[in-house]
Amino acid sequence: MSHPSIDIAPQAIPRRLAPRPNGLWLLLGLIVFMALMPLVASPYALLLMLPFIGYGIALLGFNLLFGITGLLSFGHALFLAVGAYAAAALTSKFGILSFELLLMAAAGASGLVALAIGALCVRYTKIFFGMLTLAFGMLFHSFLFKFYGITGGDQGMRVLRPLLLGMEWRGGKTAFLTGPFYYYALLLFALLGLAMWRVTQSPFGLHLRAIRENAGKAAYVGVEVFRMRLTAFVISAVYGGIGGTILAVTTGLADPELAYWTHSGNLVFMAVLGGSGTFAGPAIGALVFVVLQDFVMSITQYWRFVMGGVLVFLVVFMPHGLSGTIEALVNRRHGGR
Amino acid sequence: MQPARAADTAPLFETINVTKAFGAFKALNNVSFHVRDGEFISIVGPNGAGKTTLVNVVTGLLRPTVGQVRFMGRDIAGIGPVELARLGMSRAFQLVNIFPALTVRETLAVAVASRLRRVGNPFRSLKRDDALQADAERIAEVLGLRARLETVASTLSQGEKKLLDIASAFALNPTVILLDEPTSGVSTGDKHAIMGVLVSAARAAGVRAIVQVEHDMDLVERYSHRIVALQEGSVLADMPPDAFFTNPSLIRAVIGTRPQTPRKTS
Repeated sequence: MSHPSIDIAPQAIPRRLAPRPNGLWLLLGLIVFMALMPLVASPYALLLMLPFIGYGIALLGFNLLFGITGLLSFGHALFLAVGAYAAAALTSKFGILSFELLLMAAAGASGLVALAIGALCVRYTKIFFGMLTLAFGMLFHSFLFKFYGITGGDQGMRVLRPLLLGMEWRGGKTAFLTGPFYYYALLLFALLGLAMWRVTQSPFGLHLRAIRENAGKAAYVGVEVFRMRLTAFVISAVYGGIGGTILAVTTGLADPELAYWTHSGNLVFMAVLGGSGTFAGPAIGALVFVVLQDFVMSITQYWRFVMGGVLVFLVVFMPHGLSGTIEALVNRRHGGR
Repeated sequence: MQPARAADTAPLFETINVTKAFGAFKALNNVSFHVRDGEFISIVGPNGAGKTTLVNVVTGLLRPTVGQVRFMGRDIAGIGPVELARLGMSRAFQLVNIFPALTVRETLAVAVASRLRRVGNPFRSLKRDDALQADAERIAEVLGLRARLETVASTLSQGEKKLLDIASAFALNPTVILLDEPTSGVSTGDKHAIMGVLVSAARAAGVRAIVQVEHDMDLVERYSHRIVALQEGSVLADMPPDAFFTNPSLIRAVIGTRPQTPRKTS
């Protein structure tokens, strides 16, 4: 039974002896870089970073479900919409402007919706899970679209400028978004990134990965598969809701397109683009997606065609996404494989 | 591990008149057998005799159509794998059943984390949980996987994968361990090594009984205290190896389809 370990020797080295830049540092590095951006970047560039922060947070959650637990949702935009509409309803219908309360409401509402939907969805896996989540997403989209009296129908609902830490900003809209709101959102991104890192590095996160790898076996070593999947679903929805709130404040509007299935498709695109196998990958995918879409839209009206081409290229040539490809290149340089 | 005298103790677990029907087909027909403290039981029988169905019923995956499955005095019919693991019965599978992308350390930590109930708080650190890590290392040590702790499971040799599968069953600190062909798909040389490691590990880990389904008669003869032979869903024999291997008609009934002499299916 004692095999010469020549062929697998590199992996037998304890990880502590061979430190590698981990995903958390990559994400925090990116956030620090973004914190310095207002010193040099134009307001336009900063305004572009806000959707990235929103999507980045949503993608951290999305990847807990997709990359870690192995459940691919095609209806995840539903939770972004729940967050956005929670912010819209509170600010424009109830006059509640505290951003902290908006965040709590968004997190609570999307978490509750996820608990109800997830209790059904996570009993299924693979395509069945995907289709069920897609169906719930479309159901919610129809609700937003048709119940004009409550949701404003295709007009959507306005999201008023919130108070940050109870303070009102008297300047213009762009100054608010690229100033205090930008830093607030960035700090939130960092905190939620840190929290998600802890989750992925916990015994709970390990159980999720075990479920992804082999759910049948996991059950036999005491993993509560249903409960773990449902918890992951709820956590990912909470991140989605918070991301959606940031998007809605940025645009000042919550509209039904947020819940439309193509929006869920974009989330999947971002995860695949960045690489769902790494911690920071999906968030980086969100950044590249937002910047790329903005760039392509500015030069051609056929931007969907270009984005589609990028997706085809990715799946064929970079199945592990940007971060996976970079990781492979770094490993090759360090003599590993 | 030495078997207790039959009269000394109540069985650790037993099936009482278990019948499992799939439609009109009875995969198990009125099967009763028991396992006492310290016993190593081998379940043998030709393909289709109902061995795997029996293991599935005993491990709560399938609910018997009729009859009881009792483990430490409790009816466990159909309770499901998670609850079963909690009660102290764990199982390793016929086919290699691992978490391909997890390392050996992580694989063992999955089981240890469920046993030590470490998953309630999703912010708890896995790396800094010394008790959990030490326990995973202890199990790796016992099963000879210490040098492979940081190796990704999918890159292990076939024999090591089997050991890892068995090790994760041990990581639950089980009272009884059920092994569905622990050495299938492993070279003959490795078979004895794996069984040797397994039995000594069981002794070290305080496992009170082992039940295995096994085709390899050498292994069955060498390690079992008792052999339960199944044929067409019924118990054909339940006796010590000495008696079993001196009965030519029994051996013929069981060895008919040994894996060494595969018959072509028509």
